[in-house]
Amino acid sequence: MTLPIIEVRNIVTSFGKNLIHDHVNCTIHRNEIYALLGGSGSGKSTLMREMILLERPQSGTIRVLGHDLSTLTPLEAIRLRRSWGVLFQSGALYSSLTVGENIALLYTEYTDLSPKLIDELIQLKINLVGLPPHAKHLYPSQLSGGMVKRAALARALALDPKLLFLDEPTSGLDPLSSRQFDALIQQLRDLLGLTVIMVTHDLDTIHHIVDRFTLLGEKKAIAEGTLKEVLAIDHPIIDYFFQKGQHGITR
Amino acid sequence: MQSVIPASLTITHESIQTLLKCKGHWTIENLSEVSDQLENLTLQPTILWDVAEISEIDSAGIALWQLNNRLFEQKGHQCETIGIRNEHSHLYRLLYSKSFQDSPPPDLPSWLYRLGRETHSSFLGIGTFLSFLGEAFILLFFTLRHPHLIRYRSIGAHILETGAKALPIIAISAFLIGVVVAYQSVVQLQKFGADIFIVDMIGISLTRELAPLITAIVVAGRSGSAFTAQIGAMKMTQEIDAMRTMGFDPFTFLVWPRVFALMIVMPLLIFFADMVGIFGGMVIANAQSNLSFTEFINRLQGALALKHYLIGIIKGPFFAFLIAFVSTYRGFQVSMNTESIGQYTTKSVVNSIFLVIACDAIFSILLTELKL
Repeated sequence: MTLPIIEVRNIVTSFGKNLIHDHVNCTIHRNEIYALLGGSGSGKSTLMREMILLERPQSGTIRVLGHDLSTLTPLEAIRLRRSWGVLFQSGALYSSLTVGENIALLYTEYTDLSPKLIDELIQLKINLVGLPPHAKHLYPSQLSGGMVKRAALARALALDPKLLFLDEPTSGLDPLSSRQFDALIQQLRDLLGLTVIMVTHDLDTIHHIVDRFTLLGEKKAIAEGTLKEVLAIDHPIIDYFFQKGQHGITR
Repeated sequence: MQSVIPASLTITHESIQTLLKCKGHWTIENLSEVSDQLENLTLQPTILWDVAEISEIDSAGIALWQLNNRLFEQKGHQCETIGIRNEHSHLYRLLYSKSFQDSPPPDLPSWLYRLGRETHSSFLGIGTFLSFLGEAFILLFFTLRHPHLIRYRSIGAHILETGAKALPIIAISAFLIGVVVAYQSVVQLQKFGADIFIVDMIGISLTRELAPLITAIVVAGRSGSAFTAQIGAMKMTQEIDAMRTMGFDPFTFLVWPRVFALMIVMPLLIFFADMVGIFGGMVIANAQSNLSFTEFINRLQGALALKHYLIGIIKGPFFAFLIAFVSTYRGFQVSMNTESIGQYTTKSVVNSIFLVIACDAIFSILLTELKL
């Protein structure tokens, strides 16, 4: 058994008096597509933000790629941040830079590759995520919602990360684009050996590409496992979340 | 952690072919040396890439190999690759499966075209500003006929924000201007033994010109920029669209309350700046030429005609109108990217300070011609 990629143990988070996580646990293994699920306000995005060092839990440990996040030195933190890519819900592309420059930023800051090679890499990443070649020269404000997500994914993949964090990757996309996006994520996982962690509400995504997930609710991790395993558990929140019996997802 | 073997490239020249033997980790951190090596090569007609000993490769490694392969082929070399490992070919196929196409950057139009376009758009800008003003006034007359639509609370809030909270910075600026003017004039006037005229100097120059101007500049920098940024941010978050759909007109809700508040507050701020500025002058006059405060005030009553003070105060609403209108107009121009907020805020402050100074010049000429 190899070491898990991410281990979350007994996380407690609260904003002021508002308790978000009450001893939450989850384990993410190499090369799986893992989802954090839950209703609005269940703290799934917060958990993800804690994994990527944007927020700190009050107590508990999170180990990412074997590093305990609470005892990182600044240098280790920089190295760790380079080994993951993050796709934010709204894309978070730098609006003053073109798509190409958004991607190039990581190469020029972190490597000393020649401009020609950087150009080739940008074009590769743009092709990889299925954007048209001329998208390189467009500004984020000139892109449609789906293209913004793809461009942001291209930027997240720039440094060939081992870990990919996706915050609601298919929200705001039409159903067809959502499925294409799912297929793309799955292909990347299979071919690049990525581990993908996503926050999502999209039942189709959960059904088709997610290997395992954690369902958060009532400040706890209610269930963890594959869809089949979780659906076998009887719990009102699970019933509610998967709308059992209403839309065809049944035991 | 396994040890990282840096990428390396062994180049062997044979009779008609060059053998490029690639080894190690061809990953993004280790590529710079190899990339330099490949830059300046003299090659035989046939090139053979031996990639069997590459232990790990990522997209940057593959891109380097493909880029150079393509460059060699463009120069007329025969290229071949041997020893591709299965796991590496997956990545290659993923990256290069769709026919690889680069798109050249779009051509920049000529400078003449850009100059023309910029000039044209600044002319159009005057038009849009005038139409903005026109629309605002139509809505003003409409609102005046239906006074219950006037946003009194909003006006009050803006008076507090742009007036009361601006007092400290205006006090400091006006005091220092008073000090500077007094200091400079004392030195000159003492040469003629005309120390007492410092009172005239300070009284007239501050109330008539300097206090209104310095107040307007501080207000433009402080409140004008805030107006632009507030309205710009509301535009970016579609709040203004939301208001329109609910039938809340942005002019009645956002523009006029700010304009009215500033027009009410500006004369008061100028009066305050007059007081503080003259006090600054008094302090210096006392320190430099032993003119006591009572003497100063006695002299001031004779020297400072009411008209100078009134002219200064009258300028207030005019300056306020210009500042508030330009800065709200610039706020509405903000587009959907973060940079434009900064751009338009800068423009708003620069334009309103320019307009204030221009307006002041017009006042000067007019009033002098009218012998006031």
